[in-house]
Amino acid sequence: MTMIFGVPLVVLTGQLLIGLINGSFYALLSLGLAVIFGLLRVVNFAHGAFYMLGAFTAWMLGQYLGLGYWGALVLAPVIVGLVGALVERTMLRRLYDLDHLYGLLFTFGLALLLEGLFQHFFGSSGKPFSAPAEMKGILRTDFVTVPIYRGWVVVASLVVCFGTWALIEKTKIGSYLRAATEDSTLVQAFGVNVPLLLTLTYAFGCALAGIAGVLAAPIFQVSPTMGSNMIIIIFAVVVVGGMGSILGAIATGYLLGIVEGLTKVFYPEAANIVIFVIMAAVLMVRPAGLFGKEY
Amino acid sequence: MIEAEEFETVAETTRPHRLQRVLVLVLIAALMVLPLWVYPVLLMKLMCFALFASAFNLLLGYGGLLSFGHAAFFGGSAYATAHALKVWEVTPELAILAGVGAALVLGLAMGLLAVRRQGIYFAMVTLALAQMFYFFCLQAPFTHGEDGIQGFSRGRLFGLIDLSDSTVLYYVFAVVFVASIFAIWRIVHSPYGMILQAIRENEQRAISLGYSVQRYKLGAFVLSAGFAGLAGGLKALLFQFATLTDVNWHMSGEVILMTLLGGIGSIAGPIVGAGLVVTLQNYLATTGFPVTTALGATFIVCVLLFRRGIVGEFRHRLAVRRKP
Repeated sequence: MTMIFGVPLVVLTGQLLIGLINGSFYALLSLGLAVIFGLLRVVNFAHGAFYMLGAFTAWMLGQYLGLGYWGALVLAPVIVGLVGALVERTMLRRLYDLDHLYGLLFTFGLALLLEGLFQHFFGSSGKPFSAPAEMKGILRTDFVTVPIYRGWVVVASLVVCFGTWALIEKTKIGSYLRAATEDSTLVQAFGVNVPLLLTLTYAFGCALAGIAGVLAAPIFQVSPTMGSNMIIIIFAVVVVGGMGSILGAIATGYLLGIVEGLTKVFYPEAANIVIFVIMAAVLMVRPAGLFGKEY
Repeated sequence: MIEAEEFETVAETTRPHRLQRVLVLVLIAALMVLPLWVYPVLLMKLMCFALFASAFNLLLGYGGLLSFGHAAFFGGSAYATAHALKVWEVTPELAILAGVGAALVLGLAMGLLAVRRQGIYFAMVTLALAQMFYFFCLQAPFTHGEDGIQGFSRGRLFGLIDLSDSTVLYYVFAVVFVASIFAIWRIVHSPYGMILQAIRENEQRAISLGYSVQRYKLGAFVLSAGFAGLAGGLKALLFQFATLTDVNWHMSGEVILMTLLGGIGSIAGPIVGAGLVVTLQNYLATTGFPVTTALGATFIVCVLLFRRGIVGEFRHRLAVRRKP
C-alpha cells in the first residue's frame, strides 16, 4: 500500500475528498452570502436556514408529492428563492437605510424562527433522504475510492459556482448588478429598476443556499439544526476570505474544506475547530481577510 | 465601518433626574421585599440574566460593538465557578472570582482578535470564536461533555454564611446585582465611558482627537466579558450546574434579544428586556409552543417596528411630550 507521511494514500485521498465535499458546500454558501452582501450590504444570517429549507423542501417534495431527486434539485431552489423574495419584499427592504447591524439582527431572528418551526413540526431527529438510484455506486481506483454521488456533488457545486461567477462577470444583468454595487442611485437614474434587482439578488442568493441544501440532503441527514451549525462555519470562511470578491469566496470555501479534511487525518481532535483557528491566525496577520476590502 | 449615528440609542443626561433617584430607591426597596410574594429562585434567575444583558449592553449600547459571542463568557465562567466549587472545593466567593477571572482572560483573548475588525465583521468574528470555545467545552474533559458539571453544594460564603437556604442566597444576589448595576452605571458616566460613546458616535473623529480607539474598545470588551462572567458564575451557583447550554450560540442570541427588546443604550433597558424574555420562556415552557420560534418572531418585530426598545420608546414619547 502506498503511504504518504505515514498515512495510507487511500485514507489521505478519502479525507481529501470529504474535505472537497465540505468545501463545495462552504463555497456555495459563502458565494451566496457574498453576492447578497455585495449589493444589499446585509449579512444574511438566515443563509443557514435557507440551506436547511432547501434540504427540507426536497424531502417534503419527495415525501408528499413523490417527486424524485432531480425534480427536487430543480424545484426546491426555486421555492427557496421565492421565499427569499417574499422576505425581501415584505420585511428586509425596510432596513436598507439603517445600520447594517439591523440587517444581521433581522436575519438572525428569521433563522431562529425557521429553525424553531421546523423543529416543532418535524422533530429534532434527522430525516433520511436517499441519493438517486443511478448514483448509488462506488467508483474504485488504485489511489482513491469515490461514492459516485459525492463526486457528483463536487462537480455540481463547481458548475454552479463558476456559472454564478460568469453570470455576474460576463452578462448584461451581471453588469447591472456590479454597477449597482458601486453606486445604486446612479444606476437607478439610468432607468434600471434597482429595487427589483435587490429582490432578485436576495432571491438568487437564497436559491444558491437552497441548491446546497438539496445537494447536502443525501449526504447529511435532513434536520432542522443543519443550517445553524453550517452558518457559523460559513461566517468564519467569510471572515477569512472577505466578502468583497466572488472568486475569493469560492476559493476560500474549497480551500478551507480541504484543510479541514486533512486535519481529520493528521490531528482529528482539532478537525471541528481548525477553520476557526485559521480565522484567528488570518485576523492576526491580515485583518482584512485574504481577498478582503474593508467596508 | 459602523455608522453609529444611525443606531437609535437613547441620550442620557449625566446627572440623574430627581424622579430617577426616587425610582431607583423604590426599585431597590421592592427588590428587598419581593421574595415575600415571588418565588426567590425565579427572581435570582432574572437577576442573573438582567446582569448578563446589562454587561452586553455596556458593549453594544455604549461602545457600539455587537458581539455575537457573549455566551462564551457567561458559560465559560459558569464552568469555571462550578469546577472551583466541585473540584477545588473553595468558598463560593472565590469560585465566582475564578469564574470572573476566566471570563476576563477569555474576553481579553477574544477581544484582541475581534477589535481588529469592525461592524458586521466584528459580529461574525465573535460568533466564530465563541463557537470555537463551544467545541473546546464539548471535548475538554473537565466540562464532562453532555452531562456538564453538577452535584456540588453552594458552600458557605466567606466560610461563614450557609448559602443552601435560598432566602439567604437571594439577599446575597440582590447585593451583588445592585452593586454591579451601579458599577456599570458609574463606568458609563465616567470619562472613560464618555470617550467610549464618542467612539461609537464618530470613530474617525475620536482617532483624530488622539484616542487609541482599539484600546478603548478592547477595554470595553473585557469589562463586558467580566460582568457577563459574573452573571454566569452566579447562575452556576444558583442552579448548581454548568452545561453546554450556557456556551451555546443560542445564549448569545438571547442576550442580544433581551437588550434589543428592553432598549439598547440605557441602564434600565436590558433589565426590563431580560425580565420579559425570561418570563416569556418560563411561560412558553408550560404551553409547548416552540420557544425558539417565539424568540425569532420577537426579534423580527423588534428590528422592524421598535428599534428603540421598550424603555427607549417610553423615553422618546416622554421627550416628545416635553418639547412640543
